[in-house]
Amino acid sequence: MKSRTRWDKIRGPLFVNGVLALLVIIWLVPVLGLFISSFRDRFSLQTTGWWTILPHKEWTIVEEIDPRAEGLDSQGVMEVGGVSATFEELRAGVQTPEGQRVQWVGNRRIGYIQVQDREWTVNWDFTLDNYKQVLAGKAFEYQRPDGTVEVIQGDNFSVALFNSIAVSVPATVIPILIAAFAAYGFAWMNFPGRRFLFIMVVALLVVPLQIALVPILRDYAKLQINGTFLAIWLAHTGFGLPLATYLLFNYISTLPRETLESAFIDGASHFTIFLKLILPLSVPALASFAIFQFLWVWNDYLVALIFLGGSRELQVVTFRLASIVGDRGQDWHLLTAAAFITMLLPLLVFFGLQRYFVRGLLAGSVKG
Amino acid sequence: MDVTERPAMREVGAVSSKKENPLVAVLAAVLRIALAIAIPIIAFLVLYAGFIFLREGNAPKWLTAVVAIVWGVGGVAVLYWIFNWIVEMLPEVWTQRLQPFVFIGPAIAILTWYLALPVARTFWISLFSRDGPEFGTFIGLQNYITVFTNRLMLEAFRNNILFWMGIATPLTVAIGLLIAVLADRSKFERVSKSLIFMPMAISFVGASVIFNFIYEVKPVDAPQIGLLNAIWVGLGGQPQAWPAATSIAPWNNLFLVVIVLWMQAGYAMVLFSAALKGIPEEILEAARVDGATEIQVFFRIMIPYIMGTIITVTTTVVIFTLKIFDVVWVMTGGQFGTEVIATQFYRQSFTALNKGLGSSIAIVLLIAVIPVMVYNLRQFRRQEAF
Repeated sequence: MKSRTRWDKIRGPLFVNGVLALLVIIWLVPVLGLFISSFRDRFSLQTTGWWTILPHKEWTIVEEIDPRAEGLDSQGVMEVGGVSATFEELRAGVQTPEGQRVQWVGNRRIGYIQVQDREWTVNWDFTLDNYKQVLAGKAFEYQRPDGTVEVIQGDNFSVALFNSIAVSVPATVIPILIAAFAAYGFAWMNFPGRRFLFIMVVALLVVPLQIALVPILRDYAKLQINGTFLAIWLAHTGFGLPLATYLLFNYISTLPRETLESAFIDGASHFTIFLKLILPLSVPALASFAIFQFLWVWNDYLVALIFLGGSRELQVVTFRLASIVGDRGQDWHLLTAAAFITMLLPLLVFFGLQRYFVRGLLAGSVKG
Repeated sequence: MDVTERPAMREVGAVSSKKENPLVAVLAAVLRIALAIAIPIIAFLVLYAGFIFLREGNAPKWLTAVVAIVWGVGGVAVLYWIFNWIVEMLPEVWTQRLQPFVFIGPAIAILTWYLALPVARTFWISLFSRDGPEFGTFIGLQNYITVFTNRLMLEAFRNNILFWMGIATPLTVAIGLLIAVLADRSKFERVSKSLIFMPMAISFVGASVIFNFIYEVKPVDAPQIGLLNAIWVGLGGQPQAWPAATSIAPWNNLFLVVIVLWMQAGYAMVLFSAALKGIPEEILEAARVDGATEIQVFFRIMIPYIMGTIITVTTTVVIFTLKIFDVVWVMTGGQFGTEVIATQFYRQSFTALNKGLGSSIAIVLLIAVIPVMVYNLRQFRRQEAF
C-alpha cells in the first residue's frame, strides 16, 4: 500500500519529464546531426550516416585476398574464403555459413577480395577540413581512402560572413535610432496628426513586405543603388521601423512621468531629455528590439535575394548557403559546415541574450 | 501629481489647440512636411556620397563596412542633432510647432516611402500587363482573374490554406502549448525551453539545409545517410525523396510543414509559458482541492484563461505561414506540388518578370492580412487613451 502511494507520487513527474525529454531530443537531433556531420571526413559523410559515430555493428575487413595471386579466374566460379561464387555475386557480397561476408571490391581487373565480419565499431573520423574548405575559397586536393586524389572546389564563405556583418549591424542600429526618436515623439510630444500617424504605424505592422519589393526595386534602379549595402540597409530600416516604433513606444510611454516632468521644470529641452534620460532608461527595450532585428536581418533571405542578389561579391550568408544548396546540393561536407557557420553568431546572440529576446517577443507579438 | 504640473507638455498642447492664423497654419504644415522629408533625404545623400566615394576609391571591403557603420549610424544621429539645433534656434512658438516633426518626421517619411506608398503603387502596377505602367497596357482586373484561375496559383492557394494554415498553424499552437504546460511542471523547465526555442535563432535557409540532410536520399543499394530514409529503410521501406516525392503529392508538403513546426513551436511555447505563469495559483489550487483532475484544470481553467494569447499566437503564425517563402524556395523551389503564394509572387515578379501579375499576387497577400490589421487597430483603440 505504501509503495503504491510512492509510485503515484513519482508517476506524474516521471511522465512529464519523460515526454518533455522526448520532445527535447526530437528538437535537438536535427541540429546535432548537422553539427556532428560538419566535423566528419568528406568521404565518410557521403557514405555513412552521422549516427555511425555511436557504437554499432558494421562489416569490417578481416582478410584481404588478391585474386590474381590466388590464381582465381574472375570470368568463372571462384572458390574463395569458404564460398564459391561468380564475380557478379561477389560484387554484391556473399554470406558464409559462419556469418562472415566475402566481397569483391573494385573492378574486375585490379580489384581484390575482402573477407568481412560484423564487429562493433565507431566511425570517429573527425576533421576540421570542411570548415577550411568552405571558408578559404580555393580548390583542395582530397585523398580518397583508396588512394586516388580528387580536386574539390571549396567555397569562399568567409566573404559572405563578412558581408552579413556589414549588412546586419547598420541595418539594426539605424532603425533603432530612427524609431527611438519617433517613439519619444509619439509618447511625450503633442502635435497635430499624432493619433493618425500612430495608427498608420500600427496598421503597417502586418503589411507583407512583398508589397514593397517591386516599387522599391524600381526606385533603387532609378537611384542606381541596386546591389549596394546602402540599398539593403535602407530596405531593412523601412521594413523594421513599424515594429521598432511600436515596441519602443510601448516602453517609453510607460516610463514614469515624474522623472520627465522634473527635468522639464529644470529647463531641459526635449532633445536633452531624450538623449540623457530616455535613451539610458530604455536600454532593455532597445536591447530587445536590437536582438530581434539583428536575428531577422542576419537570417533574412528574401530581402537579400531581391536587393543584393545580382552582385556576387556582396552575397550574405543565407544567400550563399542557398546557392550552395542549388549548385552543389550533394556536397554535404561544404553544406554542413556552411550551415553551421551561418548559425553560429545567431546562436551565440540567442543564448547570450535570451532574456531580452523573450521580452521583445512578448511585447511584439502583434507582428506577423 | 496634477495636470498643472506639466508645463512643457501643456504648453505644446496649448499651441495646437489655439486658433491659428490660416497663413501660419499653412506655413507650419509645409515646414513640418519639409522637415520630415528633409532629414531622410539629406541622410540618404550623405550616405550615398560616402558610398560612391568608397566605391570609386576601390577601398578594401572591411574599410567600406567600418566606414559604412560609423558613417551611416553617426551620420543619421548627427542629422537629428543639427535639425533639432536649428529648430531650437527658432522663436519658442515655432520650436514647439516644429520640434515634434524632427523627432517623428524621418520615421514617418521612411514608412511612407517603404510601406504606405508601395501599397498604392503596387496596386497601380497590378492593373497593367507584364511590363507595368511604363511599357505595358492597362488591363484592369485581368491579372486578378489570372491569379484565381491559373493552375499554379490554385495549387499555391491550396497549399497555403490546407497545409500551411490548416495543418501547420494548429499543430504549432498545439505543440507549443503542450511543451509550455509540460515545462511548467518540470524541474528542467529552463533548459528544455531554451533548447526547444533555439531553432528560432536559425535562418530558414539554415533550417532547410538541416532538414535536407535529414531527408537526403541515396540509391537503394547504398547506405542511407539521411536519418529519415535510414529509419524508413531499416523498417523495410524503399528510400524516398520525401519533400520531392510526387507519388504522395500533395502530402509531400507535410515534410515542409515539419520544418516550420520545428522552428515556430518554440515561439508559441514562449508566449504560452508566459501566459500560464500569469494564471493565479489560488484558482488552480481551488480547482484541485475541489477534486478537478489535471485534464479538467487544463481545459476548464487554463485554456479559457490564456485564450487571448492563443488568439495572438494563432494570428501571428497564420500571418507568418501566409508569407512562407524561404523554406519552400530552398527545399523544393516550389516544384513537386509545393508552390505557395510567396514563391509564385517571387517567380512572377522576378523570374518571369511579369510585374503586373506579380503585383496582383502581392495585393492578394495584403488583402489576406487586412482582417488582422483591423483587429490590431481595434485592440489598439481599446487599450490606448491616445
